[in-house]
Amino acid sequence: MGLLEASNVVAGYGQTEILHGVSITVEPGEMVTIIGPNGCGKSTLMKAIVGLVKVRSGIVRFQDTDISGYPPEQIVQTRLCYVPQSNNVFASLSIRENLEMGAFTRDDDYRSRIEEMFRLFPDLAMQPGRKAGTLSGGQRQMLAIARAMMLDPVLLLLDEPSAGLSPAMMGTVFERIREVNQAGVALLLVEQNAREALRMSDRGYILVAGENRLEDAGKDLLSNPEVARLYLGG
Amino acid sequence: MIFLQNTAKRINLAWTPGHTSVAIVIVALAVGFLPFVKMGLVANGVFLGAIIALGAIGLTLVFGILNFANIAHGDYMTMGAYIALFIMGSLLPQVGIESSGLGPFTFGYSLLIALPVAVAGVAVGAIVLDVLIYRRLRDRGVNVVVMAMASLGIAIALRGLVQIIWSGDTQHYPRESRQVYHLPMDVRIPPDAIFIAIVTIILVVGVYLVLTRTRMGKAMRATADNPDLALVSGIDVQRVTWWTWELGGVLAATAGVLLAVFQAQILPIMGWKFLIPLFAAVILGGIGNPYGALVGAFVIGVTSEVSTQWINPSYKPAVAFAIMIAVLLVRPRGIFGGGRS
Ligand SMILES: Nc1ncnc2c1ncn2[C@@H]1O[C@H](COP(=O)(O)OP(=O)(O)O)[C@@H](O)[C@H]1O
Ligand SMILES: [Mg+2]
Repeated sequence: MGLLEASNVVAGYGQTEILHGVSITVEPGEMVTIIGPNGCGKSTLMKAIVGLVKVRSGIVRFQDTDISGYPPEQIVQTRLCYVPQSNNVFASLSIRENLEMGAFTRDDDYRSRIEEMFRLFPDLAMQPGRKAGTLSGGQRQMLAIARAMMLDPVLLLLDEPSAGLSPAMMGTVFERIREVNQAGVALLLVEQNAREALRMSDRGYILVAGENRLEDAGKDLLSNPEVARLYLGG
Repeated sequence: MIFLQNTAKRINLAWTPGHTSVAIVIVALAVGFLPFVKMGLVANGVFLGAIIALGAIGLTLVFGILNFANIAHGDYMTMGAYIALFIMGSLLPQVGIESSGLGPFTFGYSLLIALPVAVAGVAVGAIVLDVLIYRRLRDRGVNVVVMAMASLGIAIALRGLVQIIWSGDTQHYPRESRQVYHLPMDVRIPPDAIFIAIVTIILVVGVYLVLTRTRMGKAMRATADNPDLALVSGIDVQRVTWWTWELGGVLAATAGVLLAVFQAQILPIMGWKFLIPLFAAVILGGIGNPYGALVGAFVIGVTSEVSTQWINPSYKPAVAFAIMIAVLLVRPRGIFGGGRS
């Protein structure tokens, strides 16, 4: 039984249908990457899984519960957490306040969790009172991941975590992502930086025009010449 | 009010060097003009500004978090003022509590009972209206103009309700006449103004503490900043909405009661007429910016009061509007550059 099983998901905005029946699964502890051309619906798929976009037909099952139709605040409480592609921090709140908001649904004392996040992302620990809007791109991305980690997710959805980062910063972010996965958190990743992401991933999906095109082990996708030519830029 | 919709809407609480320089300019302008104005009017304007501030801070918070201009805000003030009138004028005398002198003020102890009741009444009423009307519209995803029009309807309905219950006549709270304090430079301060200042300071500090120290206050700022991220963080946006109305309702009701005390009269139209200075203060300060609303309120209060030295007092709202437009021409996002950081 998969941890996350999305089958034949149809979703879109207003009159436009973007996803025409997409299916993906993530097993416990796995790292899975979705790649595909711009505008093919990768972000929409993530939004549909977390409840920001309505699932029009199909099913999203998480830990054997059908969560399609749940509101977002209920979905995160099943420990399925999400880092959006853009605007993924509360810019006018401090670093610490961002983490507190990540823990909003927790009734227990989450201060130790904040300390854990500071250990995992030392950059954030230096000035916890600093406003998120003033952070560098890399620090912002770390904060966004840390915020989503506050609920101790079983599955974390990351939408293009390396977008817009310097190559050095990108390396650091990928390094942290790998650490999160090694700690046992299953990851579903969308990445433009496909080679790097597939190299770390157990499996990968290629999504084209709102439909599944290909699914395979990460390294097999990398060594597939047609994939390389069409989706990895030669 | 359509121009309101694409303005920044983030609750910004950080005091930046930019804020300091703006404050210095305002103070310098004020000091420069001082020799030419009557200090009595300035003092009046400061107290009026305090009342505007209470209304405007609530209005700017509701705007920042719920993302629409609540045109009924002035009538929430009116409701507060009339609930207090009912408590002080009808209910308490019937149970034998007469309004007797409280310190140097024109009103008695009964106001200290009536004010919290009015505050609670308006806060609850604001939530009821959200459940009955605004939430349904939000759930259907209507746009901000429709929301504002709905609030216009609520404003008119509330005013009608007040007129049906309490008539359209000018009334006033039970009051005794008191000596005003005479200060140098021909400044006369009614003792009630001291009360207004104290209540305003307590509430402004209270709002600041709520927004910066409490979980719900931080969630309000988070929701204003980024509603989708608030949802996927697990923030209960419905509860945030209700707490926002609570806060806005508390501030509006208090402002209404204080206005009725300050003007020594109460009229069904009082809150509606107050909308112009309220919106002027909110827009001046940058929508969603509570500091801005506070400063904007004093700017509007003092300048429109001082203008009566040269202009007929009935033009006060026009002066407030003119100042607002003049500032927006120079700084389109308000004196503090709006909420966007
Ligand atoms: N909020 C929205 N409203 C309407 N259309 C949208 C919205 N967000 C994305 N789209 C459209 O949906 C399509 C898929 O977008 P998206 O899922 O963001 O693609 P990807 O993440 O794969 O680049 C694009 O054509 C985009 O223009
Ligand atoms: Mg995307």
